[in-house]
Amino acid sequence: MDWVLFALIAIPVGAVLVFMLIPSRYPQLVRNVAVVSGFAMFVLSVLVFVKYEFGGGSGLRFDLQLDWLENVAFLGENGITYHLAVDGISAPMVLLTGIVIFAGVFISWNIDYRNKDYFVLLFLLVSGVFGVFLSLDLFFLFFFYEVAVLPMYLLIAVWGASSHFGTFTRTKEYAAMKLVLYLVGGSVLIFIGIIATFMEAGQGTFDLPVLGAVTYDENFQKAVFPLFALGFGILAGLWPFHTWSPDGHVAAPTAVSMLHAGVLMKLGAFGILRVAITLFPEGAEFWAPVLMTLGVTGALYGAVSAMAQRDLKYMVGYSSVSHMGFVLMGLATLTTIGVNGAVLQMFAHGVMTALMFAMVGAVYDQAHVRDMTLFGGLAQKTPRLAAFFAIAGLSSLGLPGLAGFVAEFHIFVGTFRAGYEWAGVLGILAAAITATYILRMLAMAFFGPFNERWAGLKEMRLGEQFGGALLIVFIVFMGVWPAPFIDRISESVEFILRV
Amino acid sequence: MELNLDWSLLTPEYILAGGAGMVVLLDLFWGRLRKDQLAYVAAAVALASALTALIWVNDDTNFANLIDIDNYTALFRVFFGLIGVFACLASARFVKDRLLHAGEYYGLILLSVLGANLMAAASELLTAYISLELLSFSLYVLTSYAKFDLRSNEGGLKYMLLGAFSSAIFLYGIGMIYGVSGSTRFSEIAASLSGDTAGFDMAMFLGLVLIIAGLGFKVAAVPFHMWTPDAYEGAPLPITALISALGKAAGFALFLKLFGQAFIPLVDDWRVFIAVLSAMTMALGNLVAIQQRNIKRLLAYSSIGQVGFLMMGIAALTPENADAASALVLHLVGYVISNLAVFVAIIIYYNWTGKEEISDFAGAAERAPYLALALSIGFFSLSGMPLFAGFATKFILFQAAAEQGLLWLSSIAVFFSFVSLYYYLIVIKEMYLGKPAEPTRFPTPWLEYGALTLLVAGVFLIGLYPQPVFDIVEEGAVAMMAVAEAAGTVTAPP
Repeated sequence: MDWVLFALIAIPVGAVLVFMLIPSRYPQLVRNVAVVSGFAMFVLSVLVFVKYEFGGGSGLRFDLQLDWLENVAFLGENGITYHLAVDGISAPMVLLTGIVIFAGVFISWNIDYRNKDYFVLLFLLVSGVFGVFLSLDLFFLFFFYEVAVLPMYLLIAVWGASSHFGTFTRTKEYAAMKLVLYLVGGSVLIFIGIIATFMEAGQGTFDLPVLGAVTYDENFQKAVFPLFALGFGILAGLWPFHTWSPDGHVAAPTAVSMLHAGVLMKLGAFGILRVAITLFPEGAEFWAPVLMTLGVTGALYGAVSAMAQRDLKYMVGYSSVSHMGFVLMGLATLTTIGVNGAVLQMFAHGVMTALMFAMVGAVYDQAHVRDMTLFGGLAQKTPRLAAFFAIAGLSSLGLPGLAGFVAEFHIFVGTFRAGYEWAGVLGILAAAITATYILRMLAMAFFGPFNERWAGLKEMRLGEQFGGALLIVFIVFMGVWPAPFIDRISESVEFILRV
Repeated sequence: MELNLDWSLLTPEYILAGGAGMVVLLDLFWGRLRKDQLAYVAAAVALASALTALIWVNDDTNFANLIDIDNYTALFRVFFGLIGVFACLASARFVKDRLLHAGEYYGLILLSVLGANLMAAASELLTAYISLELLSFSLYVLTSYAKFDLRSNEGGLKYMLLGAFSSAIFLYGIGMIYGVSGSTRFSEIAASLSGDTAGFDMAMFLGLVLIIAGLGFKVAAVPFHMWTPDAYEGAPLPITALISALGKAAGFALFLKLFGQAFIPLVDDWRVFIAVLSAMTMALGNLVAIQQRNIKRLLAYSSIGQVGFLMMGIAALTPENADAASALVLHLVGYVISNLAVFVAIIIYYNWTGKEEISDFAGAAERAPYLALALSIGFFSLSGMPLFAGFATKFILFQAAAEQGLLWLSSIAVFFSFVSLYYYLIVIKEMYLGKPAEPTRFPTPWLEYGALTLLVAGVFLIGLYPQPVFDIVEEGAVAMMAVAEAAGTVTAPP
């Protein structure tokens, strides 16, 4: 089965090569290739999730290790290997990526401007995302991390949209540059951390299981943990380094926002868990209160900021910051239930925020404005769009029966159990604010008296409906039957936390 | 001591020297020969010298105790020969359209390759100095080759004056070293430095500082970098490429050999010195590059920044192993390939438009998609992004520096790699987001695109699977470091 892991990265890369060979006068062919490879990735990611075998231990499955660079210079026999595997945490993340990219292909259907280049970059990004989730070698983890960040610049700058606020304009170029600089800036810290860890371990390898078996000096752990936590944290929207995220997500084209808020931000949280917490448990313990404080602050700050937005997309962008704050809270608890909740929230937020961005995109494509006060009663004209948006919103505010509830419940229980009562209270407050802004937005834009200006509005395209429905299936699935997720996640979390 | 006077060892150099003369004569006596055909002849000569150099792979001998013929030499002979090939091919159209006296132009390129070869091969200071001068003089003349362009003359003059100055400093340093150690041979200098009587010697230290300053000028390390922007901007574009590829690579081949062989016993004394220079160089180069509006000046400052990274490899040298040396050479190879890809792309663009401001690249992605893609790949590689050569080679180089207790330097280097991404992105932004001056596509120059494709393939090869290149490079580095070992100055690793 380890070929699946190889294929998950090879398919998007192969698709990139195929796109490049297709002459740009065949845009439809490009779309067809994108759908086929998107479907293949979706099927394989479901396969990885379903075929995951329980059996304790490290939780690593489908281990695949290929030589890359060895016996050179400072590297030992196992120097750098192309080492792929899934564990209980990456399995749901891989599934999430498969879902979002498959849905994203349909959402990107009507991109006409240089759609070939667009899909080249989009699939390159996806190969990076899969690579990070699957890599067990620090070198390749970092490698793919950068591969995932790099295409964002052009995707936003070329296919994105600037936002006009009357008095000033947030250009897409600005947003793209800000996003890339923040994220690559974070990766500087990660790079330094990797070099330091490699030397401290003295194993001559970047293999994570080997590095994980080493016990590091306590002071070293305390020094290096923040490098990784902050470096990956920037991508996870860690407050106060989150400001790239609303700007970047708003400026990006719809499918890229979906992937970025839905999946890429999870890479950051995943990196904290996979590298920082796994390798440096004592460092994590030392820094957990700080991480908790920043997480809660982010959750509250994001929620309050979302409250203040009139622009639909900015609201979703800030709500992402808020929800990623919950994820960081969950990680900072360092308890099984809390970290479980964090991973659940990564998945839940991934699908629901992707759905929200897709729906915002569907509205914007027709209306060309995103100011919610200009809308009103859209549900009469576009009932499905309104319903989809409502489901995403309700999941976001933690309605039982949908994905968000399961995740947030775990996180709050974990927060209280770990002794951060104050943080738990503030977190619940943030969730309450979430409910306010989501319901207010639904009331303003989709319900209430119909605004005649939008009489010409049509229902979503079929592709958008399909993509949205796919995401909803998983929101509901996780909401009513979270066991398959929790079983997989807790197995690996227990191993990482050495419970 | 018996001297080995096997003249055949220098065949690749004969080919280059003969080829240089032949190209000049061809131009002189065969009037019907087109200028670009001369470029192909010169490229063939450079290629022939590179291929001939393969005969001495895994050989370990020397010529008259002056010139080492080992894997290090073989590696650089091939490498420099190939740089020469690309420099000639990239010049073909440019020279045909814009310059006079093509024969001498290509002759000088071949002579500069010859000088570079001998710099890597030299095993004693005076030979090294003479070959350095051969390279430098060829480049001075080539820099001012656009006779009727004021900037070219200015750049050439500045380059020559500062170059002559630095040569004098270098020569003075050689004198000091000779005075202290009693020899100009690298291995004997090393032996005298590590003998029982050796200690900290002021004259030795001064000599070392002078040599670092002299070489610092040649490779454009801060604070000896002032000539670079003007020379880069003034020189005809292919010559800018040649300075930044061949000049830099040859400079570092000699830098590495001097410090890896002759001065390695004093490594603890000069490590911090080089490390600080390296940090200053990468800081200044990368920060000043941000403000540039001219693509040549941008590349000049970015190449200064790159010198800072390369110097890390010198600072990380250790008598115990050849790690840092191989990491440095690997990065050098990766850097030169990426840099050549960038320059070839810019030369092609210049051939079409005759413009060199960054704003002139607006809309290049629509008028020449392949060119814009290749240029972006080169830039991303230079800034150390994954998939491309720069990422793998920098990773190894930074790690090698960290191994020698220079984690602080590696951290600074990582930070400035990140800064460099910013100004490369500015150019990429122009190409992909700017509005083209005209909507028409450019015609496809097949030859140049072929050369570009080869370079881009090299960038990907090193970026995705560096093992084979690393193995080759390591052979060279080990051979180079082995000399110091054989001189009894260094104990072999257990």
